[in-house]
Amino acid sequence: MNAAHGGGIAHADLRELYQEVIFDHNRMPRNFHPMPEADHVADGHNPLCGDQLTVYLRLEDGRVADVSFVGHGCAISKASASLMTEAVKGRPVAEVEALFHDFHALLTEEAPERDFGKLQVLAGVREFPARVKCATLAWHTLHNALSGARETAKTE
Amino acid sequence: MSAVIQQQATAGGLEARAADFPILARPVRGRRLVYLDNGATTQKPEQVIEAERAFYREANANIHRGVHWLSQHATDLYELARERVRGLLNAAHADEIVFTRGTTEAINLVAQSWARTQLKPGDEIVLTTMEHHSNIVPWQLVCEQTGAVLKVVPITDAGELEPGAYEALLGERTRLVALVHVSNALGTVNPVREMVERAHAVGAIVLVDGAQAVAHQPVDVQALGCDFYAFSGHKLYGPTGTGALYGRRELLAAMPPWQGGGDMIRTVAFEGSTWADPPQRFEAGTPNIAGAVGLAAAIDYVRGIGLERIAAHEAALLAHATEALGAVPGVQLIGTAADKAGIVSFVVDGIHPHDLGTILDSEGVAIRAGHHCAMPVMTRFGIPGTARASFALYNGERDVAALVEAIAKAQRMFGTRSDA
Repeated sequence: MNAAHGGGIAHADLRELYQEVIFDHNRMPRNFHPMPEADHVADGHNPLCGDQLTVYLRLEDGRVADVSFVGHGCAISKASASLMTEAVKGRPVAEVEALFHDFHALLTEEAPERDFGKLQVLAGVREFPARVKCATLAWHTLHNALSGARETAKTE
Repeated sequence: MSAVIQQQATAGGLEARAADFPILARPVRGRRLVYLDNGATTQKPEQVIEAERAFYREANANIHRGVHWLSQHATDLYELARERVRGLLNAAHADEIVFTRGTTEAINLVAQSWARTQLKPGDEIVLTTMEHHSNIVPWQLVCEQTGAVLKVVPITDAGELEPGAYEALLGERTRLVALVHVSNALGTVNPVREMVERAHAVGAIVLVDGAQAVAHQPVDVQALGCDFYAFSGHKLYGPTGTGALYGRRELLAAMPPWQGGGDMIRTVAFEGSTWADPPQRFEAGTPNIAGAVGLAAAIDYVRGIGLERIAAHEAALLAHATEALGAVPGVQLIGTAADKAGIVSFVVDGIHPHDLGTILDSEGVAIRAGHHCAMPVMTRFGIPGTARASFALYNGERDVAALVEAIAKAQRMFGTRSDA
């Protein structure tokens, strides 16, 4: 941000935030359904935004055998949740937690050296500090589901 | 002749006063700043900025205590500011004006000083669904402390009070009505005068939250008949951390202090202290003296233009914006009361208010997106939030045009509108 040059980023960067992949996942979120057979469930809620979601997990032999979510929110929060379910399905729990850590750093600190796959499209959020909480709500909720935390996750 | 009428209809070009506001000349996101978040706070004219600066450069001292010249000078300026607030609200006496940090503190003062000591279990406080959180939570705290209960007047789909519902809630248990003058989330202007009469008829007193009213229309507390009136300086082109509570003399005189400290006492002894008369009784500690001076400058500024003229300008702009936004496919206005102030709340099909806010920001258009500290209103309409454009005297039709164009851009990005 450079106030002398008129306050922050110009229009070109808006497309960094709202990439086609985000619109795609906002319109057609993947793994978007409740899961009656889930063995781990957690809720996330940012009351100030109104973003609200539930993450369902089924673990098998220390891996995420299945994952899904339901809820509503802005395009960033919904697309992030959808992309998250694709990114973690089939992975060992320890890897999922490591990915959560690195993804959070990608949005808030120095980008870690790793291949984020499709999650990379959310890197543009770091230029919009007010929206980081939208992109990370699903991940905090997933983390709570994995750790058995009962309180509702929130990122604001 | 028709040209003259036309000019009046567009309200005499008050938007040229934008030149008085230095911040409006700075670009944001590389574009002209289109500031439509005046319900959150208004920008400050050079006159206000200069008044605060001049106070610190030429008049700064503590008030009500020094025998030295500067202290007396600062005290005079502070009390002159109180007189300015009295004039703004047409209160009968300057000692009916208590300076506060803003509307929120003014309401909390009444809650903790008047209500906490007056209310008994089962006593009723009547509010409306369209109250700002600052006119809900202080009463919830008082209810916990006293056993009083809240009664809430529901609102219609248009965002008006349900006809008859207010009257039905009033009764012999009603002790207080806490009512917003202009809804910050919907723009609705409530019929305060009639509601005050009805409340008084059952022996209840009335506090009016005027945060969204004082900068946008003339307010006369004697004509309204209300017992308390609260407002914030920063929504009136004045400094943040300023505001005032108007309280009827007899009520203030009977109320105990709510904060203790210097300036609010008559005598202090370990055996017991005695209190200063109002308004000092409610102004413990060194107040925001420079802020009060800035607030006085803001009042001079708006009264110099004329609040009737400002109201007419904003009414014309509201009519224009309502028509322009109504013509955008996919836009739905939230709050369509017959009597509205310059606030337009809306939702756009397929675009969450926060996404809309971010995209509008990239066009230099500053609006508020979210629940506007009025969660019960959002619950009532079954929405997580709205986008809100709120007008000030420096806004004009070009600002509405920028807003409409930015919404169309968001719709193109989201693919929710093919013709845009």
